[in-house]
Amino acid sequence: MTTVVEFSSVSRHYGEVKAVDQVSLKIAEGEFFSMLGPSGSGKTTSLRMIAGFEQPSEGYVIIHGHDATGLPPYKRDVNTVFQDYALFPHMNVLENIAYGLMVKGVAKKERLSRAQEALDMVALGEYGLRKPAQLSGGQRQRIALARALVNRPKVLLLDEPLGALDLKLREQMQSELKTLQRQLGITFIFVTHDQTEALSMSDRVAVFNKGRIEQMGSPRDLYNKPQTAFVAEFIGSANVIKQPLVDTLGLQSGKTFALRPEYIDLNAVSEAVSGELNAKGVIRDIQYQGANTRYQVMLDSGEALNVSCANSFSAGNEGSGDVLTDGAEVNLSWRADAMVELRDVELRGENVNVDNAGA
Amino acid sequence: MHSDHSANGKASVWLKIAAWSGLIFLHFPIAIIALYAFNTEESAFSFPPPGLTTKWFAVAFGRADVLESIGLSLQVACVATVLAMTLGTMASAALYRRNFFGKESITLMLILPIALPGIITGLALLTAFKALDIHPGITTIVIGHATFCVVIVYNNVVARFRRISASLIEASMDLGADGWQTFRYIVLPNLGTAMLAGGMLAFALSFDELIVTTFTAGHEKPLPIWLLNQLTRPRDVPVTNVVAMLVMLVTTIPVFLAYLLTKGGEDVAGSGK
Amino acid sequence: MNTVAVTPGGAEVKVKRSPLGRFSDVLYRRPNLYLLLLLVPPLLWFGSVYIASLLSLLWQGFYTFDDFTMLVDHTLTLSNYAQLFDAANFDIILRTLLMALSVTLFSALLAFPVAYYMARFASGRTKAFFYIAVMLPMWTSYIVKAYAWTLLLAKEGVSSWFINLLGLDAVLQFLLSVPGIGGNTLSTSNLGRFLVFTYIWLPFMILPVQAALERLPPSLIQASADLGGTPFKTFRHVIFPLAVPGIAAGSIFTFSLTLGDYIVPQLVGPPGLFLGTMVYVQQGSIGNMPMAAAFTLVPIVLIAVYLAIVKRLGAFDAL
Repeated sequence: MTTVVEFSSVSRHYGEVKAVDQVSLKIAEGEFFSMLGPSGSGKTTSLRMIAGFEQPSEGYVIIHGHDATGLPPYKRDVNTVFQDYALFPHMNVLENIAYGLMVKGVAKKERLSRAQEALDMVALGEYGLRKPAQLSGGQRQRIALARALVNRPKVLLLDEPLGALDLKLREQMQSELKTLQRQLGITFIFVTHDQTEALSMSDRVAVFNKGRIEQMGSPRDLYNKPQTAFVAEFIGSANVIKQPLVDTLGLQSGKTFALRPEYIDLNAVSEAVSGELNAKGVIRDIQYQGANTRYQVMLDSGEALNVSCANSFSAGNEGSGDVLTDGAEVNLSWRADAMVELRDVELRGENVNVDNAGA
Repeated sequence: MHSDHSANGKASVWLKIAAWSGLIFLHFPIAIIALYAFNTEESAFSFPPPGLTTKWFAVAFGRADVLESIGLSLQVACVATVLAMTLGTMASAALYRRNFFGKESITLMLILPIALPGIITGLALLTAFKALDIHPGITTIVIGHATFCVVIVYNNVVARFRRISASLIEASMDLGADGWQTFRYIVLPNLGTAMLAGGMLAFALSFDELIVTTFTAGHEKPLPIWLLNQLTRPRDVPVTNVVAMLVMLVTTIPVFLAYLLTKGGEDVAGSGK
Repeated sequence: MNTVAVTPGGAEVKVKRSPLGRFSDVLYRRPNLYLLLLLVPPLLWFGSVYIASLLSLLWQGFYTFDDFTMLVDHTLTLSNYAQLFDAANFDIILRTLLMALSVTLFSALLAFPVAYYMARFASGRTKAFFYIAVMLPMWTSYIVKAYAWTLLLAKEGVSSWFINLLGLDAVLQFLLSVPGIGGNTLSTSNLGRFLVFTYIWLPFMILPVQAALERLPPSLIQASADLGGTPFKTFRHVIFPLAVPGIAAGSIFTFSLTLGDYIVPQLVGPPGLFLGTMVYVQQGSIGNMPMAAAFTLVPIVLIAVYLAIVKRLGAFDAL
């Protein structure tokens, strides 16, 4: 597969602060690629270096095989959907969409017809003469998308574009974006701090932390095989098992493991134990979350583990609620292969395997 | 909108009275000027005026010195406004976002001509003109006015610059517009009304400025100086009254327009959030 | 949803460019050059016209004025600046300072209810009306406003008519008999001068106070009421402290403008020089430019001190 965007040891420093620190990555053509991380992790700065709003302090940004380092945004064939949409308030919707074509010198008739086409594509064909202020958040979001796509960029950059929308609308836009990306075959580079969003939409995700990429891979890989404690805890939730629990459980001493709460079975002490690994403890806290119930169990050895159980009728869990009350003694059990060994050294971006571009 | 209406509803009656009295205090003398412009009496200020007439308007407009002063003041105000708009807009473009060494001092320097009493600015300019052997005249008036009008334009434009979201400019460049195109199609349309408003206020300020002008005018007589000279001449009172009212009207119009241009500012250049 | 075709190409987009576009490319690549180009004209203007003038003015204060020949000679001396501390000159400074402070205080008193009403109770049209109604007198010609007061305060003028009508003659006579503020008539008394100053600079106080009150979120007042604050306590402990920066910002104008004024003291009030009139007389009728220059240092110093004080009250954030 062709690589469209490549970072080669890219760093961005602001004085002493390393916003992006030695990041290398390759993004393949047609890929839906997400940059996921907490605020200040370097994901937005990385996106802005692709767009050309920021220039790397070190390293190279390569777009479609050509070095783009130093090129201003208007000389790059990438377009951005901004977090605040950045629609021009003094222009109507059609003028907004046609703007990119206008500044490139496309004749008025052609650019307006193409703008209308793009507007139809996002199902807002009737709204061409409105001003951005007269639109709802979701509509502005679609206009911003149409304005970027009408230029037929090779790469579309999306900077937390769904952040300002409410949950229902966000979920709807997620699936629309995904469908659109599949249809157009354009590379989407999507920045978000919302792990469910990244997991549900992306072919591949890069998890950023402190200016570096901690891990890069498919959503499934990231969830099932986290390599670091940060990734394990940032994507979903995880019990990170360290010393001395590792020894108590009879595992290889000195290693660290992640264990997802839903991979642990929880039974009353009276019931038979089924798993390969076991521990005994007392329920300290119960959070009812609708689809699941989360228990915090204090082990006899002193550590706490989180356990998540699906609330399903067929399993008869609603009946066990009587037994599993706060303070109840329980048996925990899980399979040995549910435990994922973590590297305890923080990874540098350059050490991440970057050759497996594409899902 | 204000939920504390009921909490101190009684106090707000007094407050209302106090607020409206304040407003009346501000406008009463101005109303008196308007009234006296129609006074039939020639050389006294008795109240109420014995009768009303419009004949002084014709007299005032028949006076060559009045017309000359009006022409001079308009001319000065126009040139000073153009200069102030150019310099003020440049300064605000340079100062609104980036931080650099000396930025605070530059801002202070822009404000100084209106923060320091006019007599200092006026006298300073006068000594400098004398030292350079420049004869006071229309040019020196314009130089003085442009200097203290810059900050008026600067204040208006810099406020608008701050409201134009940075992502608008980035979006424009992202869509392929270079710096010039971005300025032409995005920045200027969003800035235009603020520049115009600043220009209007600068015009109004220049048109009736007296304190600095006294020092820089030499033998020229712009309208405020003409008015000041009139105060010592009892027999010209009716003409003075008419001119005073006209000056008031001439400054009122641009100030009102400036208000209209900037009042909707919040949603003109917002980021669309 | 329709499909938009993607066209392949290099990293750099090639479009034909205007000369201005190419020029802006250079500026984009060199932000410091861009900044420099923007700053040079205003800096040149202010540096050469304004700052140079100020410095030359203060430098003049070191020149010698010959009292007999009435000529300035360029021998440098400190005596002009030293003379500022003469008792007579010190009187002028004190008189002006007192006036500036009382005008500031009284303006704040008058401005507060107007600003408070505007910010917290007026909405929509009333607010717009108030805003324009304050802004217009602020921008109305200084000399016209001063002239209006000479009409108002004149003998047989508007003020005496109203005072007669309301039967306040005795009150006026009493006020005019108070030493310090009194005088023969309103137009030759300190009281009259004080009124004119307050009138002229009042709008400069209202608008910053209003802006400061406007920024105060209504939830703060609700929170105070919720926590048991009476309206008075809420005002005393929440509203007023948050309005202080606005008052301080407005006071910069009332203080500084009164301090340097030289026209109003000539038109209204008792004889006796003010700082501004002193400077004006020295340079004009006497022609003692060095002394005039030395005197300008006084308002500069007083204002610098004043700015340092109000800066601590948050005035600069409320400007």
